[in-house]
Amino acid sequence: MKKQIVIAVTALNAIDSPGPGVAVIRAIRDCKDFDVKIIGLSYEALEPGLYMHDLVDRTYQIPYPSGGTDSLYARLMYIHEQEKLDLIIPNFDAELYNFIKLRDKLKELGIRTFLPELNQFEARDKMKLFEFGQKHGFLVPEDKILHELRELKKMEDDLEYPIVVKGKFYDAVIARSYDQAEKAFLKIMAKWGLPIIMQEFVKGTEINIAALGDGEGNAISIIPMRKLYITDKGKAWAGITLEDDKLVELARKFIETTKWRGGCELEVMLTDDGKPYIMEVNPRFPAWIYLTAGAGQNQPASLVKMAMGEKVEPFKTYEVGKIFIRYAWDLITDIKEFQLISGNGEL
Amino acid sequence: MRIRKNIAVSDEGFLFNPATGDSFSTNGIGSEIISLLKQDKSTSEIIEEISKNYDVDRLLLERDLDEFTGLLKDYSILE
Repeated sequence: MKKQIVIAVTALNAIDSPGPGVAVIRAIRDCKDFDVKIIGLSYEALEPGLYMHDLVDRTYQIPYPSGGTDSLYARLMYIHEQEKLDLIIPNFDAELYNFIKLRDKLKELGIRTFLPELNQFEARDKMKLFEFGQKHGFLVPEDKILHELRELKKMEDDLEYPIVVKGKFYDAVIARSYDQAEKAFLKIMAKWGLPIIMQEFVKGTEINIAALGDGEGNAISIIPMRKLYITDKGKAWAGITLEDDKLVELARKFIETTKWRGGCELEVMLTDDGKPYIMEVNPRFPAWIYLTAGAGQNQPASLVKMAMGEKVEPFKTYEVGKIFIRYAWDLITDIKEFQLISGNGEL
Repeated sequence: MRIRKNIAVSDEGFLFNPATGDSFSTNGIGSEIISLLKQDKSTSEIIEEISKNYDVDRLLLERDLDEFTGLLKDYSILE
């Protein structure tokens, strides 16, 4: 009989801008090498994953990342007492800092993680990406970090329109004039705060790469994907795996250079003359991660194996032309379930 | 003129470029031309072959073939 591994997973929102949690769980459950119990960690009572009982065995609410590490640790201690967690896989950008900070304390409790080091995590931050690219020889669009609106005029000395106006966590708008840039600056500032990143616009084809590193410089899996259908939020609603040695090599070099531990997603703009610019590096699995399992390289399951101490050999092949098509599904539940999670914080 | 070696072509004339994720479908005659291109036939050989099987004005065929192969080049199907 296989030993059961108890795995806690976050990011169970599965709306039009979905979190990766449900896809990560699905991929883990696809792997028949281990038996798992999945504990959902949620922030909101209406995250759909909470109610998917065939995927998630039990769910606990956890405090928002802004609550800091102490309240998160206290809550995780409680959950651990109930469930005896073996592993936590956090999947939201905004919560990763707290989980990385708590890594050693969690280890003392017997809870494993498989996360990048804090310096790896910070080096790929949007605000430092250009510097990172220059240091390690990656093509990254030039950017300017603005801390107040009046710096916008001065930025025009360094960058030419069109430019991409980006929030520190989320959102990106292409601006073709000062007026458009100002409007985008104010809109993004109101939502995500300062600073705002002004990035050189690079024209080309957007490619996303899901990669998994073992923390020693080895890329265990690399899957490039092109979005075939994009929502008004810029999210992939359908995508296809690609065969492109240049893209695979780029991701391999990134994993080698950073000695990345865990999953990550490179957002790449491939110019018409074939130059791959790294636009962003997301420090966790993307929401489309189930495609890696469909293409023959189950990244979440491989992460579980490595986190549990198993040596995993790098995958050598994957299926090109595998397509994912996302769909919305109306899940029916009962007020009693909603009451349990919103009242007691457990379901 | 050669079809790039990584391009997947089905018998029905459905083309898939695995490097870009683009896919295309052609009509019957397009499918025949692609099949001839896959056999490394030259433009004149393709014209000969098509002329043999269809009642078509040669000049018109040359022009249409030129346009078709131009499209295939634009879409990175032909080398």
